[in-house]
Amino acid sequence: MTEREVMEYDVIIVGAGPAGLSCAIRLKQLKPELMVAVIEKSAEIGAHILSGAVIEPGPLDELLPGWRENPPPTCIPVDRDEIWLLSQQGRRRLPTPPQQKNHGNFIVSLGAMCAWMAPQAEALEVDIFPGYAASEIRFTGNGEVGGVIIGDMGVDLEGNAKDTFMQGIEIHAPITILSEGCRGHLSKQLIKKFELDKDSDPQTYGIGMKELWQVKPGKSKPGLVQHTTRWPLDSKTYGGSFIYHLEKDRIAIGFVTGLDYEDPEFVPFEAFQQMKHHPMVRDLLEGGEILSSGARAIVEGGYQSLPKTEMPGALLVGDSAGTLNVPKIKGTHQAMRCGMLAAEHIAETSSWQGFDAKLRDSAVVKELHKVRNIRPAFYKGFWRGFLRAAIETVTAGKLPTTLKVHADHSALKKLDEYTAPDRHWVKRDLPPRDRLAAVYFAATEHDEDQPVHLRILEPDVCTTRCVVEYDNPCTRFCPAHVYEMVAADGIEENGANRLQINAANCVHCKTCDIKDPYQIIQWVTPEGGSGPNYQTM
Amino acid sequence: MSKILIIAEHDGQSLNPSTAKCVNCAQAIGGDIDIAVFGSGINAIAAEAAALDSVNAVIAVDAEHLAAPLAVNWAPEAVALSADYSHVLGPSTTIGRDLMPRIAALAGVNQVSDIMEVNGPDSFKRPIYAGNAIIDVDPPAGATVVATVRVASWKAVGSTGGASIDQRAASGGAASHTRYIGLESGGGERPDLQSAAKVVSGGRGVGSEEGFEVIYQLADKMGAAVGASRAAVDAGYCANDMQVGQTGKIISPDLYIAFGISGAIQHVTGIKDAGTIVAVNKDSEAPIFEIADIGLVGDLFSVISDLEQMLG
Amino acid sequence: MKILIGIKRVVDYNVRIRVLPDGSGVDTDGVKMSVNPFDEIALEEALRIKEAGNADEVIVVSVGGDECQQQLRTGLAMGADRAIQIQTSESLQPLSLARAFLKIIEREDPGLVILGKQAIDDDNSQTGQMLAALWDRPQATFASGLVINGNAATVTREVDAGLETIEVDLPAVVTVDLRLNEPRFVKLPDIMKAKRKPLEVVPLSELGVTAEANIAVGKHVPPPQRGKGILVEDAAQLVEQLKNRGLL
Repeated sequence: MTEREVMEYDVIIVGAGPAGLSCAIRLKQLKPELMVAVIEKSAEIGAHILSGAVIEPGPLDELLPGWRENPPPTCIPVDRDEIWLLSQQGRRRLPTPPQQKNHGNFIVSLGAMCAWMAPQAEALEVDIFPGYAASEIRFTGNGEVGGVIIGDMGVDLEGNAKDTFMQGIEIHAPITILSEGCRGHLSKQLIKKFELDKDSDPQTYGIGMKELWQVKPGKSKPGLVQHTTRWPLDSKTYGGSFIYHLEKDRIAIGFVTGLDYEDPEFVPFEAFQQMKHHPMVRDLLEGGEILSSGARAIVEGGYQSLPKTEMPGALLVGDSAGTLNVPKIKGTHQAMRCGMLAAEHIAETSSWQGFDAKLRDSAVVKELHKVRNIRPAFYKGFWRGFLRAAIETVTAGKLPTTLKVHADHSALKKLDEYTAPDRHWVKRDLPPRDRLAAVYFAATEHDEDQPVHLRILEPDVCTTRCVVEYDNPCTRFCPAHVYEMVAADGIEENGANRLQINAANCVHCKTCDIKDPYQIIQWVTPEGGSGPNYQTM
Repeated sequence: MSKILIIAEHDGQSLNPSTAKCVNCAQAIGGDIDIAVFGSGINAIAAEAAALDSVNAVIAVDAEHLAAPLAVNWAPEAVALSADYSHVLGPSTTIGRDLMPRIAALAGVNQVSDIMEVNGPDSFKRPIYAGNAIIDVDPPAGATVVATVRVASWKAVGSTGGASIDQRAASGGAASHTRYIGLESGGGERPDLQSAAKVVSGGRGVGSEEGFEVIYQLADKMGAAVGASRAAVDAGYCANDMQVGQTGKIISPDLYIAFGISGAIQHVTGIKDAGTIVAVNKDSEAPIFEIADIGLVGDLFSVISDLEQMLG
Repeated sequence: MKILIGIKRVVDYNVRIRVLPDGSGVDTDGVKMSVNPFDEIALEEALRIKEAGNADEVIVVSVGGDECQQQLRTGLAMGADRAIQIQTSESLQPLSLARAFLKIIEREDPGLVILGKQAIDDDNSQTGQMLAALWDRPQATFASGLVINGNAATVTREVDAGLETIEVDLPAVVTVDLRLNEPRFVKLPDIMKAKRKPLEVVPLSELGVTAEANIAVGKHVPPPQRGKGILVEDAAQLVEQLKNRGLL
C-alpha cells in the first residue's frame, strides 16, 4: 500500500451545500490569504441536493449583497401561502401560522442555488472539487481531526484494484468543516467518537421526497406556496406535503414524513404518491410530465438534538449538526448562517475552540429554541400536536418546559404489536409507476463494479430476526428500491430469502442508516461522482 | 427529379440486406435508383443488386484494390460517379458510416446521418441524443445530398427486379497509406447482441444460472442473440456483458423476446427502438405488458418448452 | 510526435433528455455538461501512447464558446500538455469543424489525430472521416485497438462482422470506440496543475473558416411512445403472430 499523496489547506470543507459554500465564501471574504477547499461527492455541484425550497434571503443579503441583481436561476418571490388540511377527497383551508408566512421569501431550487454559489466561491479562489468523496477522517498523531482521506477510485466489487485504480489523496488541514448535510457519514462517526451527543437528545429525522413536474400551461401559479397535512397520513404519523409553483409551467411537489413512524409496513414513497392523487393536487399534475425526482432525509430534532458542534480539529455546521427549523420547514437560511458563523469564528480565532458556545448564543440556535416543542408535540398524535404547536407559537417558545426528542429507529413497532389504521388510500395512476420508475428520474448512477456502499454489519439479522419481527422494513422505507428480499434459490415458493442490495439505485438519502430498527445498516460513500444527478431540485 | 446512387454493402461473397433497405429509403425519396458495387470479383453481387426491386441500373467497379471495403479507396470511386446524382446513400452500418462522410467531405457537403423517415427529397427525420429526440433536417438545395440510412427503420425491398449492369473501370488506384490486414469474425456461434436482428432475453423470472440454459437453447434454435436484464445479471444468472438496458446495451433488433423480465423503465430504455417486443411473464401486472407488442401471461419455462417443440 | 485530440462539450450522458415543448430543441438549461465520453477515451489513448514513449506532446482542441474551456481544463487535468480553444459562438457542423481542425493541423503538424467516433448529442459520426478526407490522410474509425509501430499504426476496428485490422501510415486520423480503453480518473493535485498549463484561444475567424453548407435543423420531437399491444394465450398463438409479421 503506497503512501497517499497529500494536499494541504488551512480549512477543508466537506460538502458543497449551502452551509459549506457559505462558510467557504465567508472565510475568503474575511481572510483572503487562507487556503480553503471544498470537497463534494457529487459529480457536479447541486447534483445531490434537493429541497422544496422556500428560503429566507437574510443570509444571502449578508453574504452576497448584490445577489438580487444577479439571482440564481429559478428564484421566484413568494406571492402567497396556503395551508390545507386534506381528507381523501376533501380539503379545508387552515390559517397560516406565523412561521409559515413567506412574504419576502423566495422559492428556489437549492441545487441550482448551490451551483450558482460555487463559481462565486471560486472567484474568491476557493478550490472546489466535485466528484471526490471524503470517505474517511484523517486523524493526527494525538487523535485530533486533521483533515480527510479521499476515497480510492477504480476498485471492483470484491475490493480489488481495477486498471483505473487511483488511490485517494489525503487532505491535511488544521480545521475541517463537516457540512455533509443530514446524517453525514463522517459526522456520524465523529459524533460517536467524541461523544458530541452525550448531553443532547437523540437526533430525529424525516424523509423528504420530491418531484419536479412540467405541468399543463396555466396550472402553475408562480409564487404560490402550498402546504398540506393529514391525508394521506394517519393521525399518528407526522408529515405533510409542499407544492411550490414555479415559472415556465413547473411545479415542485414533495412530501415529508417523520421517520419516527410506528407502522413496520408503511411505505413513505407510497404515501407521497397517494398525496398526488388528492383531487386538488391531481388537478395540477394531470397531463404533465416528471422532470426529476429524488429523496433525502431531513433533520427534525432541532434544539434538543443539537450535539456539541466542535471537536479537536473540526466543526459541525448546517444539518450535519442539525440546524433546520422544522415548523418553518426551512433549513437553508440556518445552514448558511451557521456556515458563516463558523467562518467568522475561524477568521477571528484561527481555531475550532469556542465555536459551539458562539453558535448556541447566535440567531441560529435562538430560532431553534423558539420552536423546540413543536415537532415533539406531534409524538402524541396529530391533534394534540397541532394544539401544542399552536400554544408554542403563540407563546413564542417561552414556556419553560422542553419536550424530549426520541430516536426514530426505536419507534418502529413489531409486526405483532401493530395494526395499521385504514388510511383511505386510492388506486393510483399518475407517474411514476413505482420506486424503480422514480429512481429513473433521479438519474442516479453508480458503476456497478464497485464495493457495495451500503454495509450490513450483521447480515444474518435480515433473514433470521428482522423478517420475523418487522418483515424487513428496509424494503419499504427506501425510496429507491435498493433493498429487496428475493428467493435465495430462484424459486419464490420455497421461501428461503436473501437480501438483495441494488446499490446502484441509491439516491444517498440516508433513510436506511436512520430507520433500520437494528441500526446495522451503515451508509458509506461510494466512488466519488456516483449518485443522483438532480437537475434543478 | 431525383437521381439516387446507393453504395452497396457486401462481404465479397454476397450482398448485405442493408442495401435492400437503402433502396426502400430511396423509393421514399422518389426518382431513379442506381446501385454502385465496388469490389473485386463482384459479378454475383452485382447480379443480386440488379435483382432488387425498382433499381434502374447497377454500376459495377471491379478492381483488385477495391476488394476490401476501405473508405480511402471506395470514396473516390463514389465521388467520381456522384456528379450525375442528386443523392448518394449508404447504409448506417460500420461500412457505411466509415465511408459516407469521406464521400461527403470530398463532395464538399455535410452529411445526413441515420435517415429514419423521408419527408421529401430534401427533408428527412433522424435521431439525435441516442434516439431521445427526432429532428427534421433539410440539406441545402442544389447540392448533392449525402446520407446514411438507418437500417433499423427500413424494411428490405424484394428481389423481383431486373436492372442492367454497367461495368466501369476504377477511377483511381490504391491508396498506399492504408492497408487491409484481415477480419476476425465475431467469436462463437451466436450473433452479437449489439447488432443481432433477433434477441431472446431472460430476467429474474428465469431463477438461476441453470434456468438460463433453456434461454440459450431457444436462442440457438432461432438464430438469436441472448440478452438479460440487470436483475438477472445482479443475481448472478449470467455474465454482465449480456445486460440490456440503461446501464448495459441499447439495442434495436427486429424481434425482442423478454422472458421473466418485469420491464422496469431502466430495461425498456435499452429496447425502445426494437421492432417487435414480445413479453412472457407470469405477472399480468408487470410493466412490460404496457409496451410489449405481443404479451403472453404465463410460466416462461412451459412457454419456452412449447416454442421449442413448435420450432422443430 | 504530437497528438491532437478533439474534445466536445456535450450534455452529460446521465442527463434525461427532454425535448422542449415548442420543439425548438432539447432542454439544456442548467443541465450538466461534460467531455464527450468517446473523446475521453481518445485522450486516454493519447496519454498512454505518450507514456509509452511514442509521442512527446498531447494537445486537446475544442471548438466553441468560452464554456468549453471547462472541458479543456479537464483534458489538461487528465494529462494533456496544452489546450487550444477555437473560439466561436456558432454551432459548427462536421464539415466546417473538419476544416477548422485542418487549420490547427497545418499549424501543429501532428503525427496522429484521435477523435471520438461520435458525439453523444448529434450522433453524427462524421468529423473524423471528413478530416481525414480533407487532409488526404488515412482514417481508422471505430478503433478498439491501436498499436504504434514507428511511422505506422495497426488499428483494430469494431465492425458489424467482427474485428477488422488495418495498417495506416502516420499521420492519420483515428476515431475511437467504447472498448478501446477505460479513461483514467483525475487526481486532485492534477486539477491544480491543469490551471497552470497553457490554454490558447484562437478565434475561428483567424483560421479563415466559416460555417457553410449547413444542413438546416428544424423541429424536434420526442420519440414515438410505445403503447400496449395484444395479448396471446399460448405459445401457438405467439408463433402464429410472429409468422404473420414475418419475424419467424
